[in-house]
Amino acid sequence: MINEILFMNGYGLYVWSSFIFTLSSFGILYSVIKLQLIKEQKKFEIKFNSLTSEKIKLARKQETYREILANTSVSKI
Amino acid sequence: MLNYFNINNAILLINRLQKYVLFFFIIVLFIGLLEALVLSPEDYKQSDSVRIMYVHVPAAWISLGIFSIISILSFGILIFKNKNFSLITKSLAPSGLVFNLIALVTGSIWGKPTWGTWWAWDARITSMLILFLFYILFILSWRIIDQNEKAIKVSSVIAIIGLINVPIIKFSVDWWSTLHQPASVNLLKETTIHSSMLIPLGIMTASFALFSILIFLMKYNTELIKIKNKGLDRL
Repeated sequence: MINEILFMNGYGLYVWSSFIFTLSSFGILYSVIKLQLIKEQKKFEIKFNSLTSEKIKLARKQETYREILANTSVSKI
Repeated sequence: MLNYFNINNAILLINRLQKYVLFFFIIVLFIGLLEALVLSPEDYKQSDSVRIMYVHVPAAWISLGIFSIISILSFGILIFKNKNFSLITKSLAPSGLVFNLIALVTGSIWGKPTWGTWWAWDARITSMLILFLFYILFILSWRIIDQNEKAIKVSSVIAIIGLINVPIIKFSVDWWSTLHQPASVNLLKETTIHSSMLIPLGIMTASFALFSILIFLMKYNTELIKIKNKGLDRL
């Protein structure tokens, strides 16, 4: 059974290389986009923390800013 | 102008949606892989090499679909000056490019045992390669051009010109004598592929569509955070 799945009547190399290429492309694309997202979230966090206390209070009132900061903390872990 | 109310809602919605899409993508992909690699039957002519179809065909469909959406939205960008459309097209392009690359590479791998060659200047393959070049041009226009307004216009024009290639890809097998067979899956006519192969093909297409949605949401979120980042300066 395992041999059948691995060798696939002599076509195993073609089939497996196609699937591995597809899944690797998915993994690379996901990692690149995720890194871009984390980078922007970090930039946002740094900029946010450099604001004056008055501006931070003003920004914290907006739900979106809270949401971005919440996700930034998560991605740090 | 982008409406701040819309951006706020969009970021909140996308953050929640991303997790669900990732969860469903993993489940559907697992079922799809099981069907494609183990449960589906081999072809009477192509034997097990037919399994490449389960990654090659969905990748080609989705890359074609994404480019069509980009082109149609590009009309909206040029006519209605809708900047949100430009964010959407910019966020759709990376997954479209990768799916196009997957279709070309897996097609080449499938070509070797089926046609005896890795590459042929067949009408379908050549038009898919042209689509790949349009994706590259579209993404490069955003990277090379510094002025945002100009980048939006240039990328939109590229996408609209590229739209001419979409029907050529679709009908190339009917218009010219090619190595590719005519379409087996038809929405309007009878589908000639057996259900034992059609079901795994459908599941794999669904998983690829979910992945493209996931990448789109992540990229769109990144673009929106960039805008909010600029907004912090104006507080």
